[in-house]
Formats: sequence, C-alpha cells, structure tokens
Amino acid sequence: MADKILNKLYIKVWRQNSPKEKGRFETYEIEDISQGSSFLEMLDILNDKLIRDGKDPIAFDHDCREGICGMCSLYINGRAHGPDREITTCQLHMRKFNEGDTITIEPWRAGSFPVIKDLIVDRTAFEQIQHAGGFVSVNTGGIPDGNAIPIGYDDAEEAMDAASCIGCGACVATCKNSSAMLFVAAKVSQLAKLPQGKVEAKRRARNMVAKMDELGFGGCTNTGACELECPKSISISHIARLNREYLTAKFSE
Amino acid sequence: MSKIENKIPQGPLAEKWSKHKSDIKVVSPANKRKLDVIVVGTGLAGASAAASLGELGYNVKAFCYQDSPRRAHSIAAQGGINAAKNYQNDNDSVFRLFHDTIKGGDYRSREANVYRLAEVSPLIIDQCVAQGVPFAREYGGTLANRSFGGVLVSRTFYARGQTGQQLLLGAYSALNRQIAKGSVKMYTRHEMLDVVVKDGKARGIVTRDMVTGDVKSHGAHAVVVATGGYGNVFFLSTNAMGCNGSAAWQCYKKGAWFGNPCFVQIHPTCIPVHGDQQSKLTLMSESLRNDGRVWVPKKKEDAEKLQKGEIGPNDIPEEDRDFYLERRYPSYGNLVPRDVASRAAKERCDAGFGVNNTGKAVYLDFKYSIERLGIDVIKARYGNLFQMYEKITDTDPYKEPMMIYPAIHYSMGGLWVDYNLMTNIPGLYAIGEANFSDHGANRLGASALMQGLADGYFVLPYTIGDYLADEIMTPKIDTDAPEFKEAEKAVTGRLEKLFNIKGTKPVDYFHKQLGHYMWDYVGMSRNAEGLQKAIDGIKKLKEEFWKDVLVPGEMNNLNPELEKAGRVADAIEMGILMAQDALDRNESCGGHFRDESATDEGEAKRDDKNYTYVSCWEHKGEDKDPVLNKEDLVFENVKLTQRSYK
Ligand SMILES: Cc1cc2nc3c(=O)[nH]c(=O)nc-3n(C[C@H](O)[C@H](O)[C@H](O)COP(=O)(O)OP(=O)(O)OC[C@H]3O[C@@H](n4cnc5c(N)ncnc54)[C@H](O)[C@@H]3O)c2cc1C
Ligand code: SF4
Ligand code: FES
Repeated sequence: MADKILNKLYIKVWRQNSPKEKGRFETYEIEDISQGSSFLEMLDILNDKLIRDGKDPIAFDHDCREGICGMCSLYINGRAHGPDREITTCQLHMRKFNEGDTITIEPWRAGSFPVIKDLIVDRTAFEQIQHAGGFVSVNTGGIPDGNAIPIGYDDAEEAMDAASCIGCGACVATCKNSSAMLFVAAKVSQLAKLPQGKVEAKRRARNMVAKMDELGFGGCTNTGACELECPKSISISHIARLNREYLTAKFSE
Repeated sequence: MSKIENKIPQGPLAEKWSKHKSDIKVVSPANKRKLDVIVVGTGLAGASAAASLGELGYNVKAFCYQDSPRRAHSIAAQGGINAAKNYQNDNDSVFRLFHDTIKGGDYRSREANVYRLAEVSPLIIDQCVAQGVPFAREYGGTLANRSFGGVLVSRTFYARGQTGQQLLLGAYSALNRQIAKGSVKMYTRHEMLDVVVKDGKARGIVTRDMVTGDVKSHGAHAVVVATGGYGNVFFLSTNAMGCNGSAAWQCYKKGAWFGNPCFVQIHPTCIPVHGDQQSKLTLMSESLRNDGRVWVPKKKEDAEKLQKGEIGPNDIPEEDRDFYLERRYPSYGNLVPRDVASRAAKERCDAGFGVNNTGKAVYLDFKYSIERLGIDVIKARYGNLFQMYEKITDTDPYKEPMMIYPAIHYSMGGLWVDYNLMTNIPGLYAIGEANFSDHGANRLGASALMQGLADGYFVLPYTIGDYLADEIMTPKIDTDAPEFKEAEKAVTGRLEKLFNIKGTKPVDYFHKQLGHYMWDYVGMSRNAEGLQKAIDGIKKLKEEFWKDVLVPGEMNNLNPELEKAGRVADAIEMGILMAQDALDRNESCGGHFRDESATDEGEAKRDDKNYTYVSCWEHKGEDKDPVLNKEDLVFENVKLTQRSYK
C-alpha cells in the first residue's frame, strides 16, 4: 500500500526576513513528495533542499505535530490550516494535493499578529488576553475535595467543548475583522459553565474583552467564518454566552 | 566516587513526608519577596511550580522555548492522570498506588519518593477541579474514572482524550494569574543554553532570545529545571519536535549527575513509520488494546505478499493468523505491559512477519470486538482515535485492522535528585520528566502527569524553602560576575562555532543518523556488542557533526536551524551516555532489555543482586569518560518479585 508520489509541486511562499522588512512571495519547485507525508514534512524536505543549496530555509512554527499544541499556523491556498476540515496544518497530508499543483502559503494575516519571520507571527496578544482574566482566582492548596462541587454531565461536556481551544489563532486569521471573539469566548464560556468559574464570570468577560479591544482585534459581526475554520470546531454559540456575560457585566457597572 | 546523600527522612514510610515537612525550614513572607527563583520550562511541572512559587511570594522568572506556556508537550497527553482517591470504592489506597508504581517500575525507584507521590496525588485532582479543569463526570455530577494498564483498580481521571491539554491549561491559567500580578515574569521564545554555578551553588542561567538572538544572563537564588524528557535523542518519537534534553545536559556538564539515562519507554501502539520523509510518530492510545487483537500472518509467504501490497489483511483466513500475544501470554493476552508488547512486536517483525511495505508493523484488529459489541460501541469508545488514524494513514480502521509499531515515548531517566528534588548541585532543582525519580525502569500509564503536578504544586514549593531559608542574606545575584560572563562567552562561542562550520549537511541529517544508532542498538533490545557499536559509531558521528554540519541563516535573527544544531549536538553526547549506561546494566528490567539477561523463553530477567541501584553519572570533562556513582535502592516495604504475564 505504498503511497502515491507527487512528481512535481510548486510552492509559492511568503518570505520576510524580519518584522521591519517588506515581504514578498517566492516560488520553489519540489519533487518526489509522497502523498503519505504530512504538509509540514513536505516543508521539511523543501527546507533541506534550500539549506543544501546555500539558501535560507523557510521559518514556520510547529511543535507537537499532532494537532494539539496550537503552535502551527499557515494560511494555505487561502484557508487557515489548509484544505481540510477540523484539522491543524500539522495534520494536513499531501494526499489533499495533486500532481503539478501550485500551493500558496502565507502567514496568519492580522494587525495584532505581526510577522516575525517568513511564516511565523507573534501571537503575544493572545497571552495578554489570558493574563487579563483567563483563570479562576484560587491559590495552590487549601482546596475542598474534588467531589465537593458536583457538576452535571452536560455542563462538564459543554465546558470541555469550549476548553478544547488550542489558541492557534485561525479564527483571527480567517475573520475579515480580525476579531478574537471566538478565542475569548472559548475561555469565558468554559469557566462560566462551571460553578468554580461562575463567581468571577462577569469580571472575567469584561476584562478579557477590554484587553482584546485594546490590543487592536476587530469587533465581531457574526459572519461565522471562525467556527468553520476552527480546527477544534469551537461553536459560535460560545460567543453568544460571552455576549450575555459581557452585557450583564456592563449593566451591573 | 562521590558520596550520595539522598536525604530520605527516617521513620516509617507513611510518616516520612509529614515528618519531613515539619522538620524543614520555611521562609517568612517578607524574606520571600527578596528571593529570586528561575523556573526553566513551563509544562505541567514548570507551570505548576512557577505559579505556586509566585503565589507564595517569591520573585519568579519562567522560561519556555515556545511562544506560549500552553504549548509545552504536556499538552499532548491523552489518557489521563492517576490519583488514589478511591472514589470507586474498589479498595484503592495510597499504599496500593505506591505499590503498583514501584512494581510497574520493576523495582528500580525509591520507596520514599514514590510513596510521597501517591500520598499527594488526591490533592492534585482537587486543585485542578478548583481551577476549572473540565474532568469527565458521571450523570450524578461526581468525577468519573477509567482504568489503565498494569493495575486492578479504576483510579484514572480524564478529560476526553485530552487530559494533558486540560491539566496544562489549568496550570497555565494559574501561571497567567501570577504573571498578571507581577510575581512571575514570563520569557517565551527563550532557550536556556547554560546554567551558572558560582561558589558551588546554582545562581542563574544563560538564555538566547530566539527572536533576536540576544544571549543574556539571568541570576537567581535557585534554579528549577522543568524541561521535559529526552526521547528525541532517537529522532523519531512521540515527543514534539522541539522537545530536548539539552537543559538537563547543560546541568550535567556543570556537575549535576544524570540518573539512569538508559531507561526510556517504548510504547507499543504508535502509527508506523511511513518512509524516510517522516518527522515524528503519533501515539495511538493504550486503551485500544482493550478491544483490539494483535496479530501477524502465520505464513511467511503471506507476510511477503502483504509487504508487496499484493494482498490485504482481510484476505488472510482466520486459521492463518498468529495472535502472538495471546499465544505467548495466555493470561494477560493483548493487555501485557508496554515493554512486553513492544518486544513481542519487534520479535515477529525481525523474524520476517511484519505487515507493511517496510516489514515493520503488526495488526491491531477491531473486527472481533465489532462483531461482539457492534460498531456503535466501538465508535463511542474510540471514535476520535479512529478518525485520527484515518487522517494520517488514509485507511478506515472499522474495515481494516490498524497497523501499529512501537516507538519511543518517555524517558524515565533524567537529572538525579534527592528527596527534596534538588540535584547534587546546591540550589539546582529538577522536576517533572526532566528528573529521574519515581518511575524506575518503566512508567505506568497516567503517572507522568501525576508526577509533574505533584512536583510542581505540592513538593517543590515546600522543599525549596528549606534551601532558600539559608539564602535570605544573599543579595540579588550580580550577573556581571565573572562566572556569568564566562558562561555567556562559552554559549556565544559555541553558537559561533556551530554557525561557522559551514559544512555540507543539514542538522537533520545527523539527527537521523543518531536516531538509527539509538533505535538499532539502544532500543527495544540491547546487547554488549551492539551497545559498543553504538558508542563507537556515535563518537564518530560527533566528529563528523562538528566538521560538516551546515547551519544557514543569521546568528542574530530567528533561526530554527541554529536552535536545532545546539540540541542535536547535545543529543549526540546524550546518546553516548545512554549506551554506556545500558552497557553497564547487564540485566533486563522494565524498558531496558539485555539479550544477555533473559530466561530460556526469552523473557526479561532482573538481577537484583547486582543491579538494585540508581546509576548516577558524573561528568569529568570533555571527551573524558564519565564516572558512575551508584545509589543503592533499599526496599523495606515491598518484596521484590519477578514480573510474569504468562
Ligand atoms: C503523546 C504523549 C502522550 C502522553 N500521555 C500521557 C498520559 O496519558 N498520562 C500521563 O501521565 N503521561 C502521559 N505522557 C507523558 C507526559 O505527558 C509527560 O511526561 C509530561 O507531560 C512531561 O511534563 P513536563 O512538565 O515535565 O515537560 P513538558 O510538558 O515537555 O514541558 C517542557 C517545558 O520545558 C521547556 N523547555 C525545554 N527545553 C528548554 C530550554 N532549553 N530552554 C527553555 N525552556 C525549555 C518547554 O518549552 C516546555 O515549557 C504522554 C506523553 C506523550 C508524548
Ligand atoms: S477558537 Fe479555534 S481557531 Fe480560534 S484559537 Fe481556538 S482553536 Fe484556534
Ligand atoms: S504543531 Fe502542534 S498543533 Fe500543529
């Protein structure tokens, strides 16, 4: 069951040596790629060739290569995480491509995610949003027994759905407003669904949204593009819950 | 040989930790504010430690190489986390968890450490629940449990197949709270490249800013290394691409002992290597062996046809299938422990019965349980794993058996630490997978997450106080001191050296070569001849690397190849030490199998008389042979028995 080999592909990729420099597209030819290879393995092979030819390899973010760390990004042929549903770029395989294809690869494009080099962007803004309230205020120790707080099966499941966010930023990259609402909503909603997080729910919503606005992410106009491209299928219903928490927080000010 | 003080408290096993806690010193809140602590690595162990130390009032600086602490490889743990809660009323207890862990580790870990781990385990679950970790629940609202390999009780807590993710996000949120408060300063995209020892004590680290290339010193009254495992020495493993043993290796080179380097875990159920373009391996959860049957063809000609792709698995009639685990281990069958299952697969494939185009795969077949339980039950149990398998391999495991093969997964060995989790360098601590403690020669499923969080939340925050209490008069560490300047110079010098070789081969070439040596000779079964071959071969590889590696790009810019070059240079040296340790240990125990130490049936044979010790390797200088110190393991509460799964 050997995989088919793609004899030739054209990789059109964004090159930008530093944040200050203006970027440009460059096209490379690459040969003999097994369809069983992952997309990032294809980039490894291209990089190996570039290095041996004395050129600078293409910088891209990645780590776990199994769809969970959220480190990989890439806008491939106009889609965040490429042409497949419910996966990250590192889970994309070359069997989604055909002989002779030109594959266009860009970094996430959003004002709040500046390019560092080539395909690597700076997602520090996501960190700052979490610092603003993405936690329950408890210290280590002095905690009641885990079973002291019963949580209904459905609530736990719904919290888990929201908690599945991997912080990749595809939602922002996909959104025409570069809004981070889905990312923020995932955290706010997870914690609002649980009694432990309920106590601070309003404050959390207010602070995280304020931080998001301050960092220059756009507003949400309910296009739903984020949900479609989210590798973890985080539902926009969480945005509705965030809005509820946010509005009641505003009212109670 | 150096003297070994493991600081294990006197007294009965069950009282050691509480007694120790009341004996050790504490630091007043006013003094904590004056003390700086560096935590390198913010996975489960590091994030939980940094957050807890920040809460206590210390000034913490934390470092990780990714762009966020949330991306540490703890995120990838699937199965769950153990805790002796006895919520199922199935007679679980601290002692039982302790005993299972000691036995699972094949009697090569310390009783006192493992008992403490079991003792604090229930607190971890409480802590995570309070943080909002969405553990699986029963309809009544209580926490749900599942069972895991090698034990008879149900004590594993889980959050779908994403337990590591949820626990890490919990620790990350606690860390974020401290970052917001200013008690922890977080440095992302920073790589530690050396530890600084001054007057015999760890006083700081040297890092490289991975975006700008700046090399800089950071001082502190204590340094905690929580940088994870070194499975990537094998090149292909279930670790993330960036996982590395380099930070631990830098500590080793500054005098910290390396404990049991040859103890690595090989997981039997991973997706096989598809070709030489492969960059990493993906784990398929151990739970699959509950319902899948492992087999290869009985006839070699069938195997050959499978390898050529002339026939498929479903063409092989029932009577021509060899369910070799059920055949060899009738009582445990497909559920033998990880090390046994891995070796048995290798044995069949080496004998020519492997089933994929490389001959290095066996079948894990769900046909029988689908017939027995119906497809819906199997879908409910393993749906997400089946989908993941299909995405990667493009075959449908509902219709055709999965193909699996063993892969490197975890490192039990690591920096040697005493009962306080301090290395033999005063002020230098190691926690999580980076240390050697607790798992002996083999780790049980769902116990690494437990250990990382036990270390970070409930052990280190206490034990570090004992050391820091004597440091309250030490002023802020001056990073202009000559020790720091020298370390910075050495780090920069090494980077420049790597960069200026300008050879002909990319870093990955060397990493792959190293991987071949490790997998072939320091892998699932080892013998003196092969290990010597590995040592000689890797030494040659080291020479070649330093002559011929090609690092492109710029020094003072983001440069992943330069980062990799440093890590692979270290991995090459680690590979040599791992082989040396494996050569020294002429017994089979846990994940370490020596062909010379087997029963007549080819099963592992431990040698308690000669090898009941922790090997603590001491660096003696560049290109000098390291010295082996031995910490004898003393068992007062368990009886040593040979494992048998027949
Ligand atoms: C696929 C997979 C599944 C697993 N499933 C389970 C399971 O179900 N149950 C279980 O108990 N265990 C499981 N394990 C094992 C467990 O996940 C790990 O042992 C554990 O999470 C390690 O945690 P850690 O905090 O020690 O290290 P990590 O989470 O690996 O964190 C290492 C940290 O160190 C940083 N770092 C590394 N080097 C440097 C450097 N030089 N400078 C600066 N920072 C550095 C990294 O950035 C990161 O923050 C699994 C492991 C794998 C690979
Ligand atoms: S919501 Fe989805 S797309 Fe957005 S960061 Fe989270 S996982 Fe990525
Ligand atoms: S590399 Fe971790 S999600 Fe893609």
